[in-house]
Formats: sequence, C-alpha cells, structure tokens
Amino acid sequence: MAATEHPSYKVIGTRPVRPDGVEKVTGKAQYGADVRLPGMIHGKILRSPHAHARVLSIDTSEAEKVPGVMAVVTRADFPVAEDVVQDLGEGAVSVKELSDNVLASDKVLYRGHAVAAVAATSPHIAEEAAGRIRVEYAVLPPVLAVRDAMREDAPLLDEQRVTKEMGGQGSGRPSNVASHLRFAGGDVEAAFAAADEVVEREFTTKMVHQGYIEPQNSTASWNADGTLTIWTSTQGAFVVRSQVAEVLRLPVSQIRVIPMEIGGGFGGKIPIYLDPVAALLSKKSGRPVKIVMSRTDVFEATGPTSGSYIRMKMARKDDRITAVQATLAYEAGAYPGSAVGAGAMTMLSPYNIENFVIDAYDVCVNKPKTSAYRAPGAPAAAFATEQMIDELAKNAKLDPLELRLKNSAHEGTRMVNGAVFPRIGAEETVRAALTSPHYRSPIEGPNRGRGVASGFWFNAGLQSSVVASANSDGTVNLIEGSTDIGGTRASLAMQLAETLGLPFEAVRPTVADTDSISYNDVTGGSRVTFASGLAVYEAGQELRKEMVRRAAKLLGVDEAELVYEDGGVQSTRDATKRLRFSEIAAKAGQTGGPIAGKGAVQARGVGAAFGTHVVDVEVDPETGKVQILRYTAVQDVGTAVHPSYVEGQIQGGVAQGVGWALNEEYYYDESGRLLNASYLDYRMPTALDLPLIETVLVEVPNPGHPYGVRGVGEVPIVPPLAAVANAIAEATGHRFRDLPISPRRIMEETQGLA
Amino acid sequence: MARTYVQATINGVATDFLCEPRQSLLEVLRDELGLTGTKEGCNNGNCGACSVLLNGRLVNACCVLGVEIDGAEVTTIEGIGNPDRLHPLQQAFLEEAALQCGVCTPGFIVSAKALLDKEPHPDEQRVRYWLAGNLCRCTGYDKIVRAVLKAADDMEPARQ
Ligand code: FES
Ligand code: FES
Repeated sequence: MAATEHPSYKVIGTRPVRPDGVEKVTGKAQYGADVRLPGMIHGKILRSPHAHARVLSIDTSEAEKVPGVMAVVTRADFPVAEDVVQDLGEGAVSVKELSDNVLASDKVLYRGHAVAAVAATSPHIAEEAAGRIRVEYAVLPPVLAVRDAMREDAPLLDEQRVTKEMGGQGSGRPSNVASHLRFAGGDVEAAFAAADEVVEREFTTKMVHQGYIEPQNSTASWNADGTLTIWTSTQGAFVVRSQVAEVLRLPVSQIRVIPMEIGGGFGGKIPIYLDPVAALLSKKSGRPVKIVMSRTDVFEATGPTSGSYIRMKMARKDDRITAVQATLAYEAGAYPGSAVGAGAMTMLSPYNIENFVIDAYDVCVNKPKTSAYRAPGAPAAAFATEQMIDELAKNAKLDPLELRLKNSAHEGTRMVNGAVFPRIGAEETVRAALTSPHYRSPIEGPNRGRGVASGFWFNAGLQSSVVASANSDGTVNLIEGSTDIGGTRASLAMQLAETLGLPFEAVRPTVADTDSISYNDVTGGSRVTFASGLAVYEAGQELRKEMVRRAAKLLGVDEAELVYEDGGVQSTRDATKRLRFSEIAAKAGQTGGPIAGKGAVQARGVGAAFGTHVVDVEVDPETGKVQILRYTAVQDVGTAVHPSYVEGQIQGGVAQGVGWALNEEYYYDESGRLLNASYLDYRMPTALDLPLIETVLVEVPNPGHPYGVRGVGEVPIVPPLAAVANAIAEATGHRFRDLPISPRRIMEETQGLA
Repeated sequence: MARTYVQATINGVATDFLCEPRQSLLEVLRDELGLTGTKEGCNNGNCGACSVLLNGRLVNACCVLGVEIDGAEVTTIEGIGNPDRLHPLQQAFLEEAALQCGVCTPGFIVSAKALLDKEPHPDEQRVRYWLAGNLCRCTGYDKIVRAVLKAADDMEPARQ
C-alpha cells in the first residue's frame, strides 16, 4: 500500500533506484570476502570443542611445521587486556571480556570459542595446520539454560562474578546472574486485588541467530609504518576501530577501517571477532591476512540473541489493563550483556498501564556471547505481553484490537523507565489494523485462525556526520560514514536532494572509511535515515547559505535580497535575477573557491516506532505444519522517505519474526554442542514458507526531524512472534507459550503426544 | 598439492586454469578467476548464494569441484548482464526494490534466470517453489517474487 502523498515534497516519498543498485545486481559490488590484495594470505581459527573448560596448554609447534604456514597466534601474542569498561559504540563493554571473546585466555566458555589462529598461503593449508595445534583442556560441566544458570549450585562461568544490583543489595555470592534491574510504578497489589480477572503465565524462547547470509570476514594489513588497515563487513567502521584499538592497545588514529559492502547484519555485525586476530597474523607474517568465517563458525561463535524465560501476571478491570508483574531472565551467553533491560523497558510500551513491577535478570550461560538482533530484547518480551492481552481479551469476549485500543499509549504516556512519549502513532497503528481489508475480511475454514499483536521499539539517535561538496557540473558528492545495509545511500541522498531542491540523481553518496570522515556511530537502532538524515539536512542548509553568498557575488546584489528556493537562488526584488545551483557551482572558482557543507550531529528528537500486525494461519492437523495464509503489517513510519525500502524493512522483519515463531532455535545437546549449526538444520523461512506480506504505512511525522522521519527497521520483528502464536491458539484451541512452535511441538500438544 | 589443468567456457569466454582437486568451483571462480559476484553463504549447498549455471543447469558452485567443469560451459552473474545492458531480471530487481544488503542477489538472479529460461510464465507459487533453494534474510521474499514475475512479463515482447 502506498504511503500518503506529500504535495510539499519533491523527492521524499518517491521510489528512485538506489545508487549502489547496479553494482549489486551485476555482482560487481565488493563485499568483505571479495577483498584481494597483493601478497594476501589466509587465516583460519581453531575453536574449542568444549562448552566449558580450562585451557591448560597450547602447543602450536606441529602447525608451524606445515609447509605454507606463515604465522600462528594465540592469546599470548595479545597485549594484556585492561580490566576496564569502555563505551565502544555498542554500550559499555569490558575490554577484558571483549578480548577474551576474540581469543580465549585461561578458559573457554562456549563451543566454538576461538583459541588460536593460523595464517597460510591457502585457506586449506591454514585449516589443516589449525587442526594440528594441540590444546590441553580440563573440561568443566557446562550450564546451558537460563533458569539452570540462576540456581545457587550452578557451575560458574566466572568465579569472580557477583550480581550487580541496580538500587539494591545483592547477596555478594558468586553467581552467573550478572545484573538485576527493577522497574516499578503504582500499586500492583491493590490493582490485582481490585481486578475483574488476573492471569499468570510462563513463557520461554530459545536462542536464535540473525542469520545474515554473508559470514563475518576481515582482512588486515599491518603496514610498514606501524599503522593498521582493516577491510571488513561491519555495521560500524568507527566502532570496529575503537574496539580493535582497545584490544590491541593502539591509538585509534593508527587504525584505518575500510567498510566493505555488508551482506546483512541485523545487529550481529557490531561486535568484532576476527579483526584483531587478522591484524596480529599480519604483523607476524608481514602479509595482508584475510579470514572468513564458515557458516558453522557463524552459528557457533558469533552473537545470536538470548533465549529467555518470562513469567507474567496481568490484571484486567472492565476494558482496562490495570497491572502487570513480570520477571524476565535472558541468556547473556558467555559474557554479560543481554538485552533484558530493553525487553523490560519495551514490553508494556504500546500501552498505558499504571501499576507495574518488572524484574530483569542478565544471566551468563555456556553459549556464545549474545549480541544485538533487530529491536534487541523486545520480541521475546512482546511474545509474553501480547499473548497475555490476547488471552484476557478472549476471556472477556472483547475484540483483541479493541482492547489494545482502549489501553493504547499516546503522547504524554510514561514508559516504565519514566520517559514520556512525545507524539507517537501507537493508537494509529491499531486503528489502521482494525480498518484494514485484511482484518475486516472473514477467516473461514477448519484449522484456521487469526492473530494480532502490537510492538514498540525506541529507535536510536547517536552521532553522525556527513560532508556535501558541490561539483562544477551541478551535482553534489555526499560523503557519509554510515554503512549502507539496505538502502541508506538512497534515503540520505533523497533527503539532501529534497533540502537542495535538486533531482535525486544529482546527489552522489559515498560511504567513506574512518580516515575520510569524522566519527559515525553504528548502522543500528534504526537510526541512519533519521540521524544521518539530520546531519545531511544540516549540511544541506549550510550549502544553501553558501549558495546565496556566492550568488550575491555573481549577480552583484545584496545577499539580503536573495533566497534559496527550488534548486537555485532567486532575488525577491527582481524575478529575472535567478541562478540555478549548477550555475553557481560551475563558477565557484570565481566566487571564493570550493563550495561544501558539513553536518555533524548528536541526534536528539528520536521518534519511537510502533507496529500492529495481523496474521492468518492454517495448522495441518496431521503434520503440525503451520502455513501463513495472509500477513498484514501496519506501522507508524513517520515519513516514508523511500516507501519501497520502508516496506522492504517491514517485510524482512516480519519474515525473521515468523521464522523465530515457527522454526528457528539453537538446539544444544547436554554437553553444550550445537546440533544444528547449518542452514539445513537451523531452519530459516524460504520463499515457499511465506505469502506476500502486505504493509500499511501510517505516517505520524516525528516532530524531532525536519521531514518527520522515524526509524523503521527494527519494530517489525517485535509483533510477529505473538501474532503467530495468537493465530495458532485460534486455529488449534491450544496456547503455545514456548518458542518455536514447531510441527513437533504442535503435534505433542494437540495430540497429547508429549 | 598437485594441480590439475582445466579448460572451460566461462561466461562465453574460453578459459583455462590450474586447480587443486579439493577446490570447489566456487573457490575457483572467486579465488582463481576473480569472479567474486558469486557469493559464499554456507559452503554446503543450503543457501544458493553461489548459484551458477553449469551447461545451462542450475547448480550450487560450492557443491561442484573445480576439476569437474573441464569442457563445460559455466554462466555466472557476471555473464548475465552488465551495467550498460542489464538483463530484464536485473532491471526488475532494481525497480521492484528486491534487494537490501544484496549479497543474496546474484544467486537469486542466476536462479530465476534458470527458471525463466525453461518456463517463461511461472505463477507466484511456481516462483516460490523454484527459489526455495535461495535464502534471503533481508527482504521476506515479497519483492523478489514480484521482481521475477515482473521480469517474466517484461521479457514477453522480446520472445515474440
Ligand atoms: S554457498 Fe553454496 S549453497 Fe550456500
Ligand atoms: S538482500 Fe540481504 S540476504 Fe537478501
């Protein structure tokens, strides 16, 4: 469905072909694994076969003897990691834990944990040699599930760890629980006592992976002058730079990170894994070294998102949700840092619920260190909330969307963390879902059901910078520092074209390396079109002012009588006095030299995102297979800069959410071995598993952006888990509170086969 | 390791190279011949990012050995169109916004070409079935399926 027409915009709201499109459909675009440098050799990493063990010794002598091997590194080659906490662009990170995750020191904490690395003249030789490194382990019992890890007698990943209590006293005993947060407001007990109905339920979700198709990769060259150059696929070149600088104890100015095209990230390509290892292999061998992960490495050793346990109690009085008490425990993986805090803060955000107590626990387990995954923390939390609301609506014989509408958050509603919403579109998405052709159509036939769910995501602002330079032919070079994962070259160029009154094609965007533009935070938090867009707008304004100054010289009139409009400078006194942007740009040399504008922002005014989804399913009673018959995703997108790319973000998020709901899970045996570390066994949706995904773009402009832009990329993964579960409950008469709702689980539940 | 001499026609050009028996066609294309448009997503036949045509048949290049292509014809994404003369599939992928990160795109275009070469008028279900061997994690497939159907329409006059 098309976005609203904006009569006042010329470029925003149109659907041009992205500037990097031709390169990508012809196979010419250079991704990280495509890097090839003179003299380049290949690295392979040896990984732990155990989920939990002490590393007693590492003997690399046999590997070094393999012909073609040019360097071997272990943790002993790294500088001693400082035990300090730094904000390296992905929130606070302990440098020691970051280093330990890149290459293990005294302990391995998950199967696949990197232990040593080899560089050789071919990847095959490197792999063979890595296999000849002898590591002596003392194997320890692993702890794999979040509730097991919270028990007092659980094996400890880190004997020194004690729970960080936010605003309270911890036990002081060593624990796998890294931290505990609490959010509370109102009077929960009184509200429960006064309620018409109180329901209490438990929910679990499994660890799942972002599933980006391009494996992690890094090519590093330790240069003769002591500087380091890194080519990699990353969501943030500057964030790679700061992480590598900390791990290798180099000044950031000595490191140049060149961001290659990136084959998907979804949050998973923010942390570093390979870069410091490739760098040290390069330093030792004197050659550029490329390392590319195998798909198994990606599953076993990069950062998926947490498995979770949630217990929730919810009260209804008439058509109001009056109280919620919830406990969330998320698996952090090997080191602290799950998104449980975000789960807690987002789970009630679509609603205005006055009484709440939410406890959130971040828990270490012997699985890979989790990292961000699209709206990190929110989908599992919404899986609980949105099923509870559905159940209460059914019990009270209320339409589930009407109940949501009655309880909807709006401007002025306070989130559980105390923040007050500015203008938001929560209610609007529910209304649009209610009136959508999909929701108004009947759902008929046996074994079929319809489910709905809403979701919220904060979106991020953070730091962005751009430079825009006018070319003598009237075009503009736009240099930016945000990785383009899915069309942001286009969405930024469109905003500059709009600001300057130029056609889209006149703006030429380039994603620059860390030596060529000032700092930019990651492409994450749905922030680039919004925050880098603000920087673009600022640069555009600067260019407009400069164009007026230059035009005054060329026209021989006072600046005060000139205005910038419609892609040129116009006199307000004399209609014949007008110069086009290209005319002024062509004569820059005569009026003061090159014309450029820059924008550098610490973005404020982030616009939150809300979505409401409707899904119809059919459950095969004989096999338990769930077919998605129809899917509609409604979302407040602020202003759809490029509606097709906005729809694409929504459709992609829905597909990931459907996979999470129905099939995807990390499947471990008791020893901590991941049994499904391949795309065959980790079952992501294929083209055959999904229908066309209808989108409804609701546009409630964000007051914090000149064009009303809100982030759009993350929130679409929040509602699908619960929407699908609610639909399956309708279709089967059984509630599924554990993900994934695989055919096996459906058969066990509906046939009593468990 | 001893290297074997192999001759093949790649994207219409007579090509020869030396390769180790253990090297896959994917490695040969990317590492020996510099044809990096064919991507690696899994290296075990499950993602389709490495789709190429071998004697007109769709294969995963990671599951074919380099030495196996002796005497064969191979078409990769680089042989399907170029920036000045895009294949209708490439044009449709651009216009329909059928790519986000783009890493799956070469595989999808090669795979879809194999379909349209055999069946010029597939319906949506047939397209979905055919493309089920290609994984895309960004798009949810909606716009990819639409692009393939559109390309099939666009190619119609050219066939008459
Ligand atoms: S790389 Fe060949 S199928 Fe995935
Ligand atoms: S566009 Fe990214 S995997 Fe398909």
